Amino acid sequence: MTSIAIVNGRVVDPAGGTEANADLFVAEGAIAAVGKAPKGFRADRTIDATGLVVAPGLVDLNARLREPGLEHKATLDSELRAAVAGGVTRLACPPDTDPPLDEPGLVEMLRQRARQARRAHVHPVGALSAGLLGTTLTEMGELADAGCVAFSQGDVALADTLVLLRAMQYAATFGHRVWLRPQDAHLARGGVAHDGEIATRLGLPAIPACAETIALGTILALARETGVRLHVQRLSTAAGVAMVRAAKRDGMPVTCEVAAHHLHLCDIDIGWFDSQARLDPPLRGTSDRAALRAGLADGTIDVVSSDHAPVDDDGKQLPFGEAESGATGLELLLPLTLKWAREDRIALPAALARVTTLPASILGVAAGRLDVGEAADLCVFDPEAWWRVERRALASQGRNTPFLGHEVPGRVRYTLVDGAVVYEG
Amino acid sequence: MGAHADPPGVNLPDAEAALAALAERMRAGVAHDAAFVGIYSGGAWLAERLASLVPGNHAVGYIDVSFYRDDYAKKGLKAGARRSELPFDVAGASIVLIDDVLYTGRSTRAAINELFDYGRPAAIELAVLVDRGGRELPIEPTYTGVRVACARALSIVLSRAADGALALGVEPAGAP
Amino acid sequence: MSGGTNPQLGADGRLVHLLTLEGLPAATIVSILDTAEPFASIGERDVKKVPLLRGKAVFNLFFENSTRTRTTFEIAAKRLSADVINLNIGASSTSKGETLLDTIDNLVAMNADMFIVRHAQSGAPHLIASHLAATGKPHVHVVNAGDGRHGHPTQGLLDLYTIRHYKHDFRALSVAIVGDVLHSRVARSLIHGLTTLGTPDVRVIGPQTLMPARVEALGVSVHHDMREGLAGCDVVVMLRLQSERMKGALLPSSGEYFKHYGLTPEKLALAKHDAIVMHPGPMNRGVEIDSAVADGARSVILPQVTFGIAVRMAVMSMIAGA
Repeated sequence: MTSIAIVNGRVVDPAGGTEANADLFVAEGAIAAVGKAPKGFRADRTIDATGLVVAPGLVDLNARLREPGLEHKATLDSELRAAVAGGVTRLACPPDTDPPLDEPGLVEMLRQRARQARRAHVHPVGALSAGLLGTTLTEMGELADAGCVAFSQGDVALADTLVLLRAMQYAATFGHRVWLRPQDAHLARGGVAHDGEIATRLGLPAIPACAETIALGTILALARETGVRLHVQRLSTAAGVAMVRAAKRDGMPVTCEVAAHHLHLCDIDIGWFDSQARLDPPLRGTSDRAALRAGLADGTIDVVSSDHAPVDDDGKQLPFGEAESGATGLELLLPLTLKWAREDRIALPAALARVTTLPASILGVAAGRLDVGEAADLCVFDPEAWWRVERRALASQGRNTPFLGHEVPGRVRYTLVDGAVVYEG
Repeated sequence: MGAHADPPGVNLPDAEAALAALAERMRAGVAHDAAFVGIYSGGAWLAERLASLVPGNHAVGYIDVSFYRDDYAKKGLKAGARRSELPFDVAGASIVLIDDVLYTGRSTRAAINELFDYGRPAAIELAVLVDRGGRELPIEPTYTGVRVACARALSIVLSRAADGALALGVEPAGAP
Repeated sequence: MSGGTNPQLGADGRLVHLLTLEGLPAATIVSILDTAEPFASIGERDVKKVPLLRGKAVFNLFFENSTRTRTTFEIAAKRLSADVINLNIGASSTSKGETLLDTIDNLVAMNADMFIVRHAQSGAPHLIASHLAATGKPHVHVVNAGDGRHGHPTQGLLDLYTIRHYKHDFRALSVAIVGDVLHSRVARSLIHGLTTLGTPDVRVIGPQTLMPARVEALGVSVHHDMREGLAGCDVVVMLRLQSERMKGALLPSSGEYFKHYGLTPEKLALAKHDAIVMHPGPMNRGVEIDSAVADGARSVILPQVTFGIAVRMAVMSMIAGA
C-alpha cells in the first residue's frame, strides 16, 4: 500500500461545507489526516496539488456500463476507465442490461468483474420485477445480499399499478430502496422529442410533459401509501420538480435526481436534427431547464447524475427519429456540475455535495466524505482548466454527446480509489 | 441613360445612327415575312424598332438564352431569366436573330440551339447593332450596324431611355 | 452537425441544397419563384427540354412510396436534360441492413450529382446533406421531396407560386390551411413560406387531435371551427387526410371529419367570392373535399401540378449550378 501526500491543494469537504488550503495524507488505502501529516508518516509519493481542488471522488447514481449483453456499445473496462477519468469513484448502474439484473449470480458476476478492473466501485441496482416484465417480484433479499443497493425498472415501464404497489410494499417491508424513472409508456409511445414549439417546427413525434407528471403522480401516490424510500430518477419537467417539492414538504422520504445534460441543454439544442441531442428523457423547454436548475439549488433535486449511456456511432448516424437515445456522460459529470455552480453562483462545497455526499447517502454507503479513516476515494481537479469536449478526449467507448465541441470547466488530474491512483491526467 | 464618358481607346458611335444603318442593310436583304427574334434585353428592343423600320410582315419574338448558356457549370444559373415568347411557328420559318452586341458569339450559339428546340427553321440570319470582334466561335453576322474595337476589360452595353431612345455605353467587363 | 449555420446555404449565401423553407431569406424564395416563371413555358414547346443539367445524374431516392411526386421530379429533371435514376427503397431494402448513409456513399461512388430524397423520418435530408459536407462532396446536391412530418419545400414553393400567380401580393392575403396539420409536412413548409413572404393572416383549421403543440409559435392562428376559420379568406388549402388517422384514435370516422372539416360549396361561400382552392394531392373526394369544389371554378388544383414541374426545374437548376 502506497502512502501518498497530496500537498498544496484546496481541500473541499462537501459534508462539512468547508474549503481550505490544506494537505491531505493517504495511508493503507484510507484518509490518514487532513492538515498536518500524521506522526511517522512517510510519503511513498507526493502529489503537488498547487492550484487544484482536492475533493471526495464523485458518486454517480446513473451510469450504464453496457455489461452484460451490450458489449458492442461499451464494456465494463472502457466505461470504468471513463469513470475515473471523470473523477467518478463510485457509481450505480441500472438493471436493464441483457439479461436484466434479476438474479443474484448476475449481480455477483458484475461486481466481481468491476472489482477486477480495479477502478471505480460499482453498485448494481437490481430489477424490481423479474425480467423487468412487471408481473412478478424479484428476490430482493437475495439481490440485496449480492450487493444491490436499490431496485428499479431501468427504462422499462411498469404499467400494472397493482404490481408496482406490491413491489413497493415488499421493498418497504425490508427497508429496500426503490428508484424509479417516471414516464408513462402510452403517452411517450413513438415520441422522440419534447412536445413543444421545437418538435412542432421540426415535425418530430413528441412526448408531452404530462408523460412524466402522470407517471410521477402515480409513483408518488403509491410511495405515500407504502412508505417506501423512493428515489425519483432523471426528472426533466418543471411540473415534475413542483410535485417533488410538494412531496418533500409533506415529509415523504423521497429523493430526486437530474441528469447533468438537462441542466444545460433544452430542445432548441436539437438544431437541425442533431442526433447527439436524442436523449431519454428528451431535452425539454427553457422553462423546464430553469426549474431544474432552481430545484437543484434549493434542494428539491438532491443530486446530479451523468445518465451515462454510451452509444456507438452506428447508433447516432441515423435520422433523428431512428437514432439511439443516450450520450456519454461520466467524463462530463464534474465539468457540467461546476458549470452550473459557476453560472448560478453556488459555492463549491455545496455544488460538489450534489455529486458526492448526497448521492452516497442515497446509495446508503459511507462515501463522499473526507473523514479520517474513510476509504481514500478522491478526485483532484483543476477547476480553472477549461477543455474542449472532443471525441479523442473521451475515454468512453461511446464518443457521442451533445456537448461535442463545447468548452467545459474542470479537468481531473488525479483520481484515487481506495488510496491507489487509478487515473492521472 | 447609363452612358459613361468614353474612356480613351473606345470610340462609341451613336446608337440611333447605328440602328438606322442596320435597318438600311436589312431592308435590302431580309425576307418579306421573316420573323424578327430579339435576344433579351437589348436585342428585344432592337427587334421591336426594326419591325417598324423594315417593311414587310415581320412577327416579333423574344428569346432568353439563360437556359442554354455554356457557362452554367462555372457560374450557375443567372438570376433574372425571362420567358421566351415566340408567337409564330418556328418550324419552317425564316428568322432574323437580333442582338445588340456581338462579341464571342456564344450568346448567338445559345439562341440558335434554343430556336431549334422550338422547331426546325427554314433559315436563320443574324443581325447585330454592334460587332466588336473577338469571336471565339465561327459565327458571323448577316447584317451589322457598326463595327467597334473595344478593350477586353470593357463591356459594351445598350440602354433605353424612358422615351425609347437607344444609347451605347461601356462598363467594366463582368459587371452584373 | 449542430444547430448553427443553415446547412442548405453555401458560404456565399447561394442555395446548395433545398432541405426546408425555414431560414431561407425572402429574396431567395422570391428568386426561386421568379426563376420558375420562364420554366413554365417549356412545357408548351415541341422540345420540352433545356440543356442545363445535361450529363448530370439525378437519383430519385424514395424511401416512402409516391408515384406522383417522383414522377413530377423525374419529368422536371428530364426537361433539364438530366439522366434520372429511380430508386424505390421500401422497407425491404433497409431490412437488408444498409444504412441510409451507406446507400448515399455507394451512389456518390457511382457519380450521383443530385439526390431527390423522400423519407419517413424528419431530418433525413439534413443528415444526408451534412454527411456530404463531412465527406467532402460539395458538388453533390440534395432536394428534400418530403421528410416525415417536417417539410416538403418544393410543394411549399409550388403552393407559393400558385398563390402568387392568382393573388399577386402576399402582404394582403388571408390564407387558411385545413386538415391534419399535426402530420403535415406540406402545411409546415407552406406556413414557413407564407410567413417569410409577409402574409399577415395565416390560419390553421382542424380538430385539436390534429393540431401540433404550440403551433401558434409558427406564426399562425388556430381555429377549430371551420366556418369561422374560413371567413373572408383569399386562399383555402385543403390537406389530405390519411386513413391511418382513424386507427390511431385521432378521429372517429371520415364521415364525421367531412361533416366538420370537409370543404363543401356551402363552406367555401364563407371565404371571399374570388377565393382559390388548393390541394397538394392526391385528393380524397368526400373526405376532405367535395367533388363540386374540387372540380369547380375556384379550384386551382390542376394548375398546381403544372406549376410544380416548373418550380422543381427552377430549384434543381439553381442548386446544381452552385
